[in-house]
Amino acid sequence: MIDKRVETISDAVAGIADGAVILSSGFGDAGAPIELLEAIAKTNVSNLTIVSNNAGEGDYGLAALMKTGKVSRIICSYPISAGSIVFQGLYNTGKIQLEVVPQGTLSERMRAAGAGIGAFFTPTSANTKLGEGKESRIINDKEYVLEYPLKGDIALILAKQADRLGNVIYDKSARNFSPIMAMAATNTIVQVEEIVELGDMDPELIMTPGIFVNRVFVHTL
Amino acid sequence: MTEVLQRHSLTRRQVAWRIAQEIKEGSYVNLGIGSPELVANYIPEGREIFFHSENGILGMGPAPEPGQEDGNLINAGKKPVTLLPGGSYFNHTDSFAMIRGGHIDICVLGAYQVAQNGDLANWATLDTTKPPGVGGAMDLAVGAKQIFVMMDHCTKGGESKLMRTCTYPQTGYGVVKTIFTDLAVIDVTDQGFVAREIAKGLSLADIQAKTNAPLTLSDNYVILEPPELN
Repeated sequence: MIDKRVETISDAVAGIADGAVILSSGFGDAGAPIELLEAIAKTNVSNLTIVSNNAGEGDYGLAALMKTGKVSRIICSYPISAGSIVFQGLYNTGKIQLEVVPQGTLSERMRAAGAGIGAFFTPTSANTKLGEGKESRIINDKEYVLEYPLKGDIALILAKQADRLGNVIYDKSARNFSPIMAMAATNTIVQVEEIVELGDMDPELIMTPGIFVNRVFVHTL
Repeated sequence: MTEVLQRHSLTRRQVAWRIAQEIKEGSYVNLGIGSPELVANYIPEGREIFFHSENGILGMGPAPEPGQEDGNLINAGKKPVTLLPGGSYFNHTDSFAMIRGGHIDICVLGAYQVAQNGDLANWATLDTTKPPGVGGAMDLAVGAKQIFVMMDHCTKGGESKLMRTCTYPQTGYGVVKTIFTDLAVIDVTDQGFVAREIAKGLSLADIQAKTNAPLTLSDNYVILEPPELN
């Protein structure tokens, strides 16, 4: 019987290698896998790269993980939210590398990784500072830059419901990057509020099919 | 800014009101973070508009009643919002397919500078000590069918934000269609900046004096006189 559920949160985040690239879901706090990130903070992993839209807020979740010094690099679209104090401190003292990627490009690069696409051309960032050094091409009179897939070793996903096969449903705008990150990582770890029996989720409404999910951890609120 | 300009300049709410009048029935609209969010408050009664939020919402409604906030239902500025009947949620690549794929009719953005050819600078200042952050600005700039800019005509220091060429890092090239400032409504045309509406009490010369590029007056220009708004 396939059962992707894990008993404890430390089982959920077990085996993450030093230097791993971790895709972390969420837009601000909506959809952010706070508990999984904090569980990684308690492990002795190091030199992580985090890919996430933002750079954490306050001192919880992603910020708590960064505070431990285990994150050496972050790839995100918008690290400058008012609450991103931990990140600001690390950045100002040169303790974290930052790669800023336009939000749609960030998302599409992960989709490409998940979908087996070798690279793609996007008009976003053409001729700007963020497009500098990238291969470009004029297609139908418009300039495009070449972007490569962004693959994760691990994806950390927050969702509303899952079954033991890892079929997943998200809640409202907390869906955001989750379905894309779930596809784009070798090992996708989902934190859910609720486990349901097989067949309880309407198959028409499943947002991430279990093929993209490796572990399911139930965190009841 | 001179006293005359100050006395006749529009408030943020009045600029938002003016932009709202420009948005046609049935439009799909993305409002940038900050002042552009005010535009939603002034859509004329009975006009059906769909607001898109980059984090995966179409049919976004106003802020919820106090106590009804839901952390999983937020806008691009990460503030709580609501979903109107007929609204939908979707993932980030679908959301940016809507943006980049030309499905959004109008995007209203704030800006540091706009150049006379429509170049937009709204994502980074010249201060390189701070980390950069772009969010969805570059995708919106290249993807929406029409880019409206909502901004003060001048910086707090009185420098024009309408330029011959942008001196700030650019977000997109030749993308801005119309600029709504506290002094005028200005179209970006092949002939450069053309004022089609100017605030009541001001002359073209008053506005030209605060515009760092040639400004012409449309033959059919009108006086811009929004209602008093609190």
